[in-house]
Amino acid sequence: MTTTVTAGRDDPLLFKDGDWDFDTLSRIYDGVAEIGDELKLDIYRPRIEVITTEQMLDAYASTGMPLFYRHWSFGKQFVRNETLYRKGWQGLAYEIVINSNPCVVYLLEENTATMQTLVLAHAAFGHNHFFKNNYVFKQWTDADGILDYLAFAKNFIADCEEKYGQAEVERVLDAAHALQNQGIHRYPGKRQMDLRSEQKRERERREHGERLFNDLWRTVPEGQGKKAKKRTTERDRRRALLGLPEENILYFLEKTSPRLRPWQREVIRIVRLIAQYFYPQRQTKMMNEGCATYTHYEIMQRLYDRGRITEGSYLEFLHSHTNVVAQPDFDDRRYYGLNPYALGFTMMKDIERMCVDPTAEDRAWFPDIAGNADPVETLKDIWANYRDESFVSQFLSPAVIRKMGLFLVTDDAGEKDLSVDAIHDERGYMRVRRALARHYDVSRHDPDIQIVDVDLEGDRRLVLRHSVVDGVMLEEEDAERVLQHLANLWGYEVHLTEENDKGDISTKHTAEPVHPFV
Amino acid sequence: MYIIDRRRDASGKSLGNRQRFIRRARALVRHAVREASKDRKITDTGKGGEIVVPVDGVHEPSLRRSSKGGSREYLLPGNKTYIEGDSIERPPSGGGKGGASGDGGGEDEFRFALSDEEFIDLFLEDLELPDLAKRQVMGEGKDQPRRAGYRSSGPPSSLSIQQTMRKSLARRIALKRPKVDEIAELEAQLKALEDEGGHDDQILQIREALKKQAKRSIAIPFIDPVDVRYRRFEMEPKPVAQAVMFCLMDVSGSMDEHLKDLAKRFYSLLYLFLSRRYRYVEVVFIRHTHEAKEVDEDTFFHSRETGGTVVSTALEEMIKVVHDRFPPGVWNIYAAQASDGDNLPIDNEKTVSLLKTSILPLCQYYAYIEVGREPEERRRSVEPPTTLWRAYDMILSPKLPMAMRKVRDRRDIYPVFRELFERKSNAASTGA
Repeated sequence: MTTTVTAGRDDPLLFKDGDWDFDTLSRIYDGVAEIGDELKLDIYRPRIEVITTEQMLDAYASTGMPLFYRHWSFGKQFVRNETLYRKGWQGLAYEIVINSNPCVVYLLEENTATMQTLVLAHAAFGHNHFFKNNYVFKQWTDADGILDYLAFAKNFIADCEEKYGQAEVERVLDAAHALQNQGIHRYPGKRQMDLRSEQKRERERREHGERLFNDLWRTVPEGQGKKAKKRTTERDRRRALLGLPEENILYFLEKTSPRLRPWQREVIRIVRLIAQYFYPQRQTKMMNEGCATYTHYEIMQRLYDRGRITEGSYLEFLHSHTNVVAQPDFDDRRYYGLNPYALGFTMMKDIERMCVDPTAEDRAWFPDIAGNADPVETLKDIWANYRDESFVSQFLSPAVIRKMGLFLVTDDAGEKDLSVDAIHDERGYMRVRRALARHYDVSRHDPDIQIVDVDLEGDRRLVLRHSVVDGVMLEEEDAERVLQHLANLWGYEVHLTEENDKGDISTKHTAEPVHPFV
Repeated sequence: MYIIDRRRDASGKSLGNRQRFIRRARALVRHAVREASKDRKITDTGKGGEIVVPVDGVHEPSLRRSSKGGSREYLLPGNKTYIEGDSIERPPSGGGKGGASGDGGGEDEFRFALSDEEFIDLFLEDLELPDLAKRQVMGEGKDQPRRAGYRSSGPPSSLSIQQTMRKSLARRIALKRPKVDEIAELEAQLKALEDEGGHDDQILQIREALKKQAKRSIAIPFIDPVDVRYRRFEMEPKPVAQAVMFCLMDVSGSMDEHLKDLAKRFYSLLYLFLSRRYRYVEVVFIRHTHEAKEVDEDTFFHSRETGGTVVSTALEEMIKVVHDRFPPGVWNIYAAQASDGDNLPIDNEKTVSLLKTSILPLCQYYAYIEVGREPEERRRSVEPPTTLWRAYDMILSPKLPMAMRKVRDRRDIYPVFRELFERKSNAASTGA
């Protein structure tokens, strides 16, 4: 490695033309890493893998992971992508990066040397830093263990297929996949008591009760109300024992479902844990891309400033970068929602501007960071401690709202027309910002469905409730199908009611197991 | 930091998933394949292609919020003229403008390409050859090594000593390596001279020579790595079984191009089918009028003969060919006869008995296709059976590996083919 660095000193250019080989690649990496160190990025050691387009298609199919258990839905994904790609309707990503330690970065062999530089800066430094430092990832994912876990999952499911037949395993996976968005712990929750501490607490309570014992209380007559109360406490006790209400349906099934066999529970657990692993990515999509884009921009800029890449490749980089951060207007034919790269990059660039060259408005809105003259450290703090929703609600500045011309449109099914509720003006900034934060709040996208009760002593019926927000119901057909899967997993009848915050029940779904797992 | 070149790694990691998907959507895909192959040429039957299945069949449901109803917020970029309080007319198709169209569930069809293999497999899936119990199973159908000369590297176990020694010998001769005898002789001489005493010059000379020889022996090794030869093997697929397919056709004047075309399509399909089942398929074409002859494919389909129609001649010719070249113990024999149903009435008896006593015992399967035209006048709704049909009909029994069908149009071919080889039709003959 030292030799390449010295070679780099002799000739500042990392590469001359578009071609690259593995020496060039490691030289490029060193060049990029030098600036990464300057920025004090804290990354997992990267493992860079050069792959072909075909392998890229393979990687697409297994959600980018280098190994995954087998299931037909990935095959479906694969044939779809393959067809789109072969027909030229869809290009391939230049890279895929995996939140693991070592951090796996796939580079497409077709990339030019400039693109490899860009991609290394973007993925091996930008995303990598974000994965390692962001609190959501820290809290919910285990980068050291994920590859091993996936290997375990793959083998476990392959073994099950061997033992119980592909069809049987597929049925469990189908059902578990249908519920995977409901297989996520969204909050750390309270620690489960183990038996010993439970007993200890019970003993302490009894002692406490003995100390305070007074026989007189026994003679106080029981009122009518007390009996009713007792009945509700019975129900409460049952629910508390089962940990209800529970929004992690897969978790509940894994622990409580009366009819599943151990291997089926394990399969559900695998689906659940993998869904959990991907959950942070959904929460931080925009920030993650913004962080990576900001990082690659910074690195490429500095490389160019020091004459380490040619003017030609700098232009090539700018061309590609501009494409990535393009945000078509809402009335543009190409408009397909907010581009996370664009918004993330714009906001982070804006934060940089506020740190270095703040206006009076910035000082009023962001007194903490305006003019602190250390944009990189400020951003690194933000990358570590926020997710999309909190990032927007904290840092979306009026300047960005004006620049992007963000406006809020409300669509009420009861009204004839849509109405513009807020635009980029003094009255609107706050509302736009709040609305955008809600837009990035993943828990508002996923319906809030909880298991509220189950009668284990009676007919074992499982009762779920969807708390309707803003009058948006569940997609009916899908709900029926998922409920069927759920009933099969549970083994008994399942009820799902949809009710709004006033408690009005609007829809009821019921499913009986037709083909339960036994 | 490591850099790993993965490009050499096997791709096709998704193959397993792909197969699972196709199996999952099997019924749909099979239907789509059947639809797609209706419009194809027979020669294209073996090729892959794009198919379309309804997306509903491979849908993965999830609990998600409906895209309709309720009140929603959209946050859009690029405001130009709107101010707070403006109202916008609702776009027609609902949510067309909305940013929340991330579900991507807008398609009704799922379109993807099948490989050649997958296409044919599905195409032929629910057909099953009658009497698949092979008469002659030659090995397990796996690749077997075959000698294929020598090579200079390989595992020790396949070292060819003979070749190695041969190379070594040639090299030793060419480089003039001193032979053992020569050295022994010189040594003997030396010893003799030493014993004799004196001859210092000669001794010195011989010593010199010996030294040289010894050096040479070391420099030119007895066996050099370049001599070493290993036996080379090539893996050669060993045919699981081989089949011969006899195409018998009446080419008398009454068989016109249309009828021949129908027959040809049937043969192609049969060929395709057999070539899937057997590694090696021979095709024999026998055409007949009042006399029969084995011909090549081109002549078979394109030349025209005149004469009467005597079916038994073709059967006799077939028996002859079988005895000459295709011993039934080694070959799976299939025969497909196409005719418009004409036969010389007095020949019927002979034909039937030949078929019964000689042909059918030889054959795995015998298919008779009677080609014809759509009846022109509607009023003759029931055609009288032809001479040959009537004759064959008499011997037809579920126990015999024989089937007969009428074909009127190109579209009938495939269904007929399916019917002919459908599992149920040979349920009785599986015992054979």
